[in-house]
Amino acid sequence: MRYATPASAKEAAGMLSKEKGAAFLLAGGTDLLVKLKMGMVEPDLVVDIKRIPKIDQIQTSAKGFTIGAAVSGSVIGQHKGLKAAWPGVVEAANLIGSDQIQGRATLAGNLCNASPAADSVPAMIAAGAKAVIVGPQKKRTVPVEKVVQGPGKTCLAKGEVIEAITLPKPEAKTGDAYLRFIPRTEMDIAVVGVAISLKLERGVVKKAKVALGAVAPTAVVVPAAARALVGSKLDDAALEKLAAACSAACNPIDDKRGTVEYRTRVAGVLAKRAAKIAFQRAGGAL
Amino acid sequence: MGHEQKYVDKKYEVVGTRFNRPDGIDKVTGKARYGADASAPGQLVGRVLRSPHAHASIVKINTSKAEKLPGVKAIITSADLPDVTGGDQGLADILENCMARGRALYDGHAVAAVAAVDEQTAAQALKLIDVKYKKLPHVTDVDEAMCESAPVIHDRIITRGVEPKPTKPSNVAARTQMGHGDIEAGFAEADVVIEKSYKTEQTHQGYIEPHACLASVNPDGTAELWVTTQGHFVFRNVCASLLGLDIAKLKVTSSEIGGGFGGKTHVWVEPVALALSRKANRPVKLVMGRDEVFRATGPTSSTSIDVKMGAKKDGTITAAVAEMRYQGGAFPGNWAMLGCMTAFACYDIKNNQSIGWDVVVNRPKVAAYRAPSAPMAAFAVESTIDELAKEIGIAPIDMRLKNVAREGTLAPYGPTYGPIGIEHTLKAVKDHPHMRAKLKKNQGRGVACGFWFNIGGQTCTDLNISVDGTVNLTLGTVDVGGSRSSMAMIAAEELGIPYEQVRANIADTTSLGHNDMTEGSRGTFSSGMATIFAARDAISVLKQRAAKMWGITEEDVIWENGQALATGDSHSNLPPLSLKEIAAKSGRTGGPIAGHNEVVADGAGMGFASHICDVEVDPETGRSTIVRYTVVQDAGKAINPDYVEGQFQGGATQGIGWALNEEYIYGDDGCLQNAGFLDYRIPVCSDLPFIDTQILEVPNPLHPYGVRGVGETSIVPPLAAVGNAIANATGVRMTHAPMSPPRVLAGIDTLEHAS
Repeated sequence: MRYATPASAKEAAGMLSKEKGAAFLLAGGTDLLVKLKMGMVEPDLVVDIKRIPKIDQIQTSAKGFTIGAAVSGSVIGQHKGLKAAWPGVVEAANLIGSDQIQGRATLAGNLCNASPAADSVPAMIAAGAKAVIVGPQKKRTVPVEKVVQGPGKTCLAKGEVIEAITLPKPEAKTGDAYLRFIPRTEMDIAVVGVAISLKLERGVVKKAKVALGAVAPTAVVVPAAARALVGSKLDDAALEKLAAACSAACNPIDDKRGTVEYRTRVAGVLAKRAAKIAFQRAGGAL
Repeated sequence: MGHEQKYVDKKYEVVGTRFNRPDGIDKVTGKARYGADASAPGQLVGRVLRSPHAHASIVKINTSKAEKLPGVKAIITSADLPDVTGGDQGLADILENCMARGRALYDGHAVAAVAAVDEQTAAQALKLIDVKYKKLPHVTDVDEAMCESAPVIHDRIITRGVEPKPTKPSNVAARTQMGHGDIEAGFAEADVVIEKSYKTEQTHQGYIEPHACLASVNPDGTAELWVTTQGHFVFRNVCASLLGLDIAKLKVTSSEIGGGFGGKTHVWVEPVALALSRKANRPVKLVMGRDEVFRATGPTSSTSIDVKMGAKKDGTITAAVAEMRYQGGAFPGNWAMLGCMTAFACYDIKNNQSIGWDVVVNRPKVAAYRAPSAPMAAFAVESTIDELAKEIGIAPIDMRLKNVAREGTLAPYGPTYGPIGIEHTLKAVKDHPHMRAKLKKNQGRGVACGFWFNIGGQTCTDLNISVDGTVNLTLGTVDVGGSRSSMAMIAAEELGIPYEQVRANIADTTSLGHNDMTEGSRGTFSSGMATIFAARDAISVLKQRAAKMWGITEEDVIWENGQALATGDSHSNLPPLSLKEIAAKSGRTGGPIAGHNEVVADGAGMGFASHICDVEVDPETGRSTIVRYTVVQDAGKAINPDYVEGQFQGGATQGIGWALNEEYIYGDDGCLQNAGFLDYRIPVCSDLPFIDTQILEVPNPLHPYGVRGVGETSIVPPLAAVGNAIANATGVRMTHAPMSPPRVLAGIDTLEHAS
């Protein structure tokens, strides 16, 4: 196994594209190292991106935020601007693993691992996050919901590297929230995850985006759930419609973490709770 | 030497106070050496190849490719562990469990093992071993395994305890029955009868330290084993028997132990490591991975239990029957028998009967887990008692007090109780402020009781006094829960010296006579008794030496507060001689001063506890949160209250984990799906409130200080305490543990549909 520390995302992309054996990218390593230890992967090359300048920083501009691919959960959790703008995304990122894991785990890594149950992914989708992808030749920007294509599968071509995640500057009166269900209080994998972002105008929901995690092979955007909220003041009827739409969008599996029936039902329950939090964060009164 | 075992009420100087543990610094600084922390020159890495099938014939094992891999020093299969057990079926089962013999009996069953120069080579070699399996039908559920149609796992198993003796083999290893009275008459007397069926899933002890050992076998038949274990003397005897070694030639050293809870009372990889070392002629270190620990060590039984109880309107229980089915994994155990012995032990029930069925299935061989078999029986019985109380309209706590067992009660498993503490714990619960605390919306409170026998057994202890008066206490019962501190306290108490003057050590098997395991909550009871007697032995030597120093007769010397006093009119003006002064002169008065004791400690005091649990249930998700929890237990005498409380809290925590989320999940293929801490959901710290404890002391009449074991009882009540609390919070009686969110939500649904 060889270990490389490129100085730029482009150099990393070049290394990965040229490698004939099994090549893996290392950011926080919270997924890769576990897979290595379990014998699930046997890399010929590991490309560590943490030495790339600025890749461990959050940049703020007039357009929004650019979060480097090696920025850890704990750094995100301490960023006042990001917390004020997208508290749901920050909470989702901070739910992953333990304090020790938070010191390493990254948003880009959570996305690239492409687990259906990734906590930060639905939250990023609801917030309109994009992935900045660098290849050996060109750079492209892809909405987060387009990146994951199935369990463990992404749209990244051989040699492509996510350099950063961008989040827009939120419009006025916007709020987001992410809730997940786990049987314990922490250190667990989501049985269901629900992310909602919404924008209010005169106390009424003007725009909304709803994304579900752990209920299908990838995170699911639920337009019908968003439609249920738009035009409402989050009255009971709207919440019931939201819950029904979320449950209807579920296509989960029965496994050791939850049943189809349970996941489908709890997706609706959590959606109602997340909508209320997002609504209040947007300045709405319940 | 005949020492007095009976309890004597006295005032203590050291016992009953709180000291830091002597192993504390090593443990918090990371210096402590656990099972995986030993190494030897030239050591190899051992790894085990395990069956991916629940049940399969092993048609052929081809190791030739793996043998050719550079760095591989030995590969073993069952052929390298010939059966030398001489017709002892129990030992033969252990041998077969350590390494499959022609048939893999469960997912994770060891099939072959490798010793290689490093981890990578060993891992690669495992992949090069070619095993041809022929899959066989499997069964993992206890009820299904008892059906006529179930695949029979062992042709040799003919159900014991059934008349007439069955002619055909089955998966039912044994039937047990116990109890007394006239059941039919009892139920005829009852005004209310409740009958319910319960299921509990399989759980693992979940100790943080995986099994690990370093084995070294020489061609001359001498051998050494460094191992994490609850009983190195027993490991020595079992390993020697399995490998055909002379017992005294195998030196076993117990490492620090990172949790055992019964799971480290059985050998798993140790005989394999020894066999690898024997073949490679080099030391072999073998450390299990977490997935191996889940798949191939000894979790506790899953069960299916029917309970029927009847009571009069005044709350008197007139009859109680339980039929209990426990699976022991792929080999027969006596787990259902233990369930029968404990089920109704907290109560004085005139007519009671327990029937147990011990069943084999295609799962790992079950091992002891903290009061083994009792929590499941208590879940069924204590839940049913609450239902009975509800039906009659009496408070559950009063129902229990009305029927509580006392001194003189005939226990369901035969003996008549001496002084016991169950009534004391129930009264303490009734008076506890916790019982009067207000509950919020969606919250409920439950109470449940628990019993464990506790055991005594063999112990051998040395106490050596150094010339500066400091004391080495040499113990052979492994320190699992802080016993070095408790034993040092006991020695200090007897000798009349400060605690800090005593250092307690756990010796290897070549340094002391046989000691039984640290199991059955016997450590403080048995080893404590041997320590008292060894110290009294040393005191008689100290008195002899003082007499010699004074030139008077031994009869005129007494021992008080750590010093010898001369008595009688002619000697009363002699200044006392301290332990230090006597020790300093020991070289000239007869040599080193020591005490020794070997004992089979009989009369372990029974352990009883009552728990209070408050739970909040989310009615939309079925998720339960423990909001308050109190343990009240009789300790007999708490030597070091810190550790007694720790045992109470630890047992309750494990029971709560079992009650809420812990379970082995098997797929249709009979393979374990959650062999890791991510999906085998042990509670994390933030899941639990501070667990409050109350120690009661009802002295055990057969221990000099009144000690009873305290380690196990506290895991018995939580399943039912949580279940009763959920019932009071939601109106739903949960009969399937763990009471995980999907099960509770389904229960709430059923209730809503009914109303």
